[in-house]
Amino acid sequence: MVNTKKSTQKTTKPIIQAMDVSFFYGTAQALFNISLDIAPQRVTALIGPSGCGKSTFLRCLNRMNDIIPKTRLTGKVLISDRDIYGEKENIVDLRKQVGMVFQKSNPFPKSIFDNVAYGPRIHKLNDKKKLAEVVEKSLRRAALWDEVKDRLSNNAMGLSGGQQQRLCIARALAVDPKILLMDEPASALDPKSTTHIEDLIGELRADYTIVIVTHNMQQAARVSDETAFFYEGHLVEFSPTKEIFTKPKQKQTEDYITGRFG
Amino acid sequence: MNSDLVQKISYHLLRLITYAIVVSVGYILFDIIRHGLPVINWEFLTDFPRRSGSEGGILPAILGTVYLTIGTIAVALPLGVGCAIYLSEYADQNRFSELIRLAIITLAGVPSIVYGLFGLGLFVIFCQFGTSILAGSLTLACMVLPIIIVASEESLRAVPRGFREASLALGATKWETIRTNVLPYSISGIITGSILAIGRAAGETAPILLTVAAFFLPKLPNSIFDQVMALPYHLYILATQHPEAEKVLPLQYGTALVLLMLVLGMNLGAIILRIHFRKKYKW
Repeated sequence: MVNTKKSTQKTTKPIIQAMDVSFFYGTAQALFNISLDIAPQRVTALIGPSGCGKSTFLRCLNRMNDIIPKTRLTGKVLISDRDIYGEKENIVDLRKQVGMVFQKSNPFPKSIFDNVAYGPRIHKLNDKKKLAEVVEKSLRRAALWDEVKDRLSNNAMGLSGGQQQRLCIARALAVDPKILLMDEPASALDPKSTTHIEDLIGELRADYTIVIVTHNMQQAARVSDETAFFYEGHLVEFSPTKEIFTKPKQKQTEDYITGRFG
Repeated sequence: MNSDLVQKISYHLLRLITYAIVVSVGYILFDIIRHGLPVINWEFLTDFPRRSGSEGGILPAILGTVYLTIGTIAVALPLGVGCAIYLSEYADQNRFSELIRLAIITLAGVPSIVYGLFGLGLFVIFCQFGTSILAGSLTLACMVLPIIIVASEESLRAVPRGFREASLALGATKWETIRTNVLPYSISGIITGSILAIGRAAGETAPILLTVAAFFLPKLPNSIFDQVMALPYHLYILATQHPEAEKVLPLQYGTALVLLMLVLGMNLGAIILRIHFRKKYKW
């Protein structure tokens, strides 16, 4: 079983390639020489104790760390073979391809429709009919359509926490990304909403490459194909999820997974 | 003394101080309204002054103050908000931006007569605008700029980072993010702060004394290069420079009341706008 999985992984070309990535906040180094290949249409979980660098690494993948002053990255990140930190890279195009969902759901204080339509509008889609189609499609994808179709003009702030997070997913999907980065998307939600989000991730994996940061080990085990374990800025282990949770290669991984620290 | 007693004394003392403030504001209002209201009628509001202000109305002074206020808003609001956006969204937080902030706070503390002299030197004489609405508006704008900048920056910073991140992550540029997902949410704070500052400017005498205000000019301006009368200056003239100061006392009250109503009206407008925008963008 494990072997077949590994071999398929080798034959598919990775969509994300991190090569010797180190990251600095000022003089403090947060990531140490991370090299990691992520295959398309798979769910990759990043786990590790707080402050281990998993979120920092995630935010390197759509250059979200650029907005934090005095940060620096060395090494290379290739997405679809494009060097995203290269001189020619257009950050707008990059973020169109690499969507992101944040830990704290952050819908704009606008209508549900305007939230989802925000990205397409930014990217110059102004045709009303097409816009409505994109909004409906995205909301359906995010499994929210049936709940909100009659109140698209209502303020998004009136939705429940779980609905807000699914709206944020719909908003990210509306610009038609290839990759979806999720930074602890369910950590602020109740169990039922969490299940919703996890089911959704299961459905989205057919069309998107998903990288998800989570500190919930069961969640990582449930939703992901591969798991990367980060510890103190180092990538300790990166294996198929089944392997990492049943027979981890590293002692540190085992200690963390079995709850001895973290 | 036991702590219970101290507690009681402090409570009553603090309450007394608060009441004292309310009472003095109330008395000022009451006094001005009591003496000013009988003077105010249609003629007073819409007629030109006669006999160096002893008779007739104060229309040129009202319009002068309105023009100056509009001019001040037109200059100070875009500049102030622009500067605040730069400081809050674009500038690196380093020594240099700290220095800019320090300069702005210092500017806010400069006495208004100094602004008047500055305006006289720069706008009236050097730029050759003459004593005019333009020079006066620019001078008043300089005076309110620091307050607008500080209020606007504060209100921009109050917008949660999550909105900015979400917008950037969708591929919006920084400017698109500011325009669509930062400015709209901070507009209520910006407007409130700005209107309060400009209301303050509308009542200033020293800056306009040297740059725009006419002692007695019973006609309306034709362009922004004309002088105008203004309510606070007119009040000052009636109260201290008029040969029959005692006789025109009711007119002083009337003028004061009109000025007060104008400023309070603006503040009321600010409150209504704030409520409107708060409702529109709630998070």
